[in-house]
Amino acid sequence: MSELWFFFEVLLSGMFAGTMYSLVALGFVLIFKASGVFNFAQGTMVLFAALCFVGFLEMGLPMVVAALIAIAIMVAWAFTVERLVLRHLVNQEPIILFMATIGVSFFLEGFGEFIWGGDVHPLNVGIPDDAWFVGPDGAMMIQQFDLSAAVIAGLLVTVLALFFHYTRIGRALRAVADDHQAALSVGIPLNQIWVIVWSVAGFVALVAGIIWGSRLGVQFSLSIVALKALPVLILGGFTSVPGAIVGGLIIGAGEKLAEIYIGPFFGGAIEEWFAYVLAMFFLLFRPQGLFGERIIERV
Amino acid sequence: MTAATEASAPAAPLLRVNNIEVIYDHVILVLRGVSLEVPQGGIVALLGANGAGKTTTLKAISNLLGTERGEVTKGSIEFDGANVEASSPNDLVKRGCIQVMEGRHCFEHLTVEENLLTGAFTRGGDRAGIQADLEMVYNYFPRLRERRTSQAGYTSGGEQQMCAIGRALMSRPKMILLDEPSMGLAPQLVEQIFEIVKTINENEGVTILLAEQNTNIALKYARYGYILESGRVVMEGSADMLRNNEDVKEFYLGLGGEGRKSFRDVKQYRRRKRWLG
Repeated sequence: MSELWFFFEVLLSGMFAGTMYSLVALGFVLIFKASGVFNFAQGTMVLFAALCFVGFLEMGLPMVVAALIAIAIMVAWAFTVERLVLRHLVNQEPIILFMATIGVSFFLEGFGEFIWGGDVHPLNVGIPDDAWFVGPDGAMMIQQFDLSAAVIAGLLVTVLALFFHYTRIGRALRAVADDHQAALSVGIPLNQIWVIVWSVAGFVALVAGIIWGSRLGVQFSLSIVALKALPVLILGGFTSVPGAIVGGLIIGAGEKLAEIYIGPFFGGAIEEWFAYVLAMFFLLFRPQGLFGERIIERV
Repeated sequence: MTAATEASAPAAPLLRVNNIEVIYDHVILVLRGVSLEVPQGGIVALLGANGAGKTTTLKAISNLLGTERGEVTKGSIEFDGANVEASSPNDLVKRGCIQVMEGRHCFEHLTVEENLLTGAFTRGGDRAGIQADLEMVYNYFPRLRERRTSQAGYTSGGEQQMCAIGRALMSRPKMILLDEPSMGLAPQLVEQIFEIVKTINENEGVTILLAEQNTNIALKYARYGYILESGRVVMEGSADMLRNNEDVKEFYLGLGGEGRKSFRDVKQYRRRKRWLG
């Protein structure tokens, strides 16, 4: 019996960890959906947003104010990117835009370090971090922190999914993703759309940065967390907001379960690479991911 | 209304293109002085072969050239009494001038209905008006009502053309720039779509500027036409006049005047004779 409880404990803790990947993946999905650009800088944006937030906290500002200023900075950042980079690259090949975001990423990383320094900043925003024991005799342990992170991610995704599907701006974002020129021709101003979507991605990055930062401390390795978001994207599909969540859950649960139950056969440490192998199989057999938009080809 | 009464009407034209020159990539001269006028409520056709400059003319008007590294370097464009060479597409759509691009360009992952709704983007939150116009579009194109929840990418070419026209209509335009609506469609369907365009023109008072390679059908529905060749207007006139013109017949309608000619004669004839000498 306790075997089964243990299985669920691993499964749940994996899924909770997965929602944290999802949070990072969300930012990628937003920008990819609205502009067809794979934004390499998303990981750095997570780091930068968290750095700003923690920096203002350390100056003694209250948490809400620090968060608001950090959001304002991310919006300003969206304006800057649109103004200096995207505007000049309209209708270019996706690979060119991708390269541009690599440049943007390097800039932002250096800029962040320049402003806030390279130290590790501990962050505590008051998310409780106790363990709950449930089941008979407390057979199953749940980390409150993980649970809170999952709830926050769930809320964020619901709001974003609704926004994309049922609002005028959301529809325009999807239209721009499909066809830049056609979107222009019906009077959708691309520049505004890009500022909006980069701002939203900046906001998501801030949330992800705060949650990851509370766990790992705000430090430069945060931008590498983004790498974990890649398999999530491949699984869930680059264009699907719910896909980012489900992808995160599968990756999170999958790697924890694999570590416990398959790991011993390989001598352990399977958690590190399991996600990437899973992603590889998806690329082979279902390249659009679980929820991605089918590549439409009419004959 | 006949072309004659239109020509004599004193009212200012809705669109006036004045001697525009368009250059792509700073070096490729595509339009060399195109002028045309479209009267309020008219249907005007822009005819010509591939590469004559029809699409470029339309894109110059709707200001979609920027994304293709093209620019209007000379001349002026007046729409509804204002100079619009420097207006953004967004601004032009708000003023009431919208283009239906060649090859439809529906948003393929959006449903047909969502496609139509994106057309109303510039109208902001006017929910009641937008809903009413959605009904209007479905009445003109009953086929779209049946396919409203399908992803546009999976609908047929004809349905996509209807969707693209319907989408433009959702912006409550004064004028639609319609680029090559017949492209890749069965003749019967082309006829059907032109019929609907004509009805829209009559009932909603939407002015149409139409770029077409299919001279035959374009002259059947338009009241006035311009013929473009190598970036110049080489001939203009009422649809009747163009239809009966010997050169138009031979070059664009495929009707040789005096019986059959051998292929060699035709080639030579074409080589020697040019528009405007």
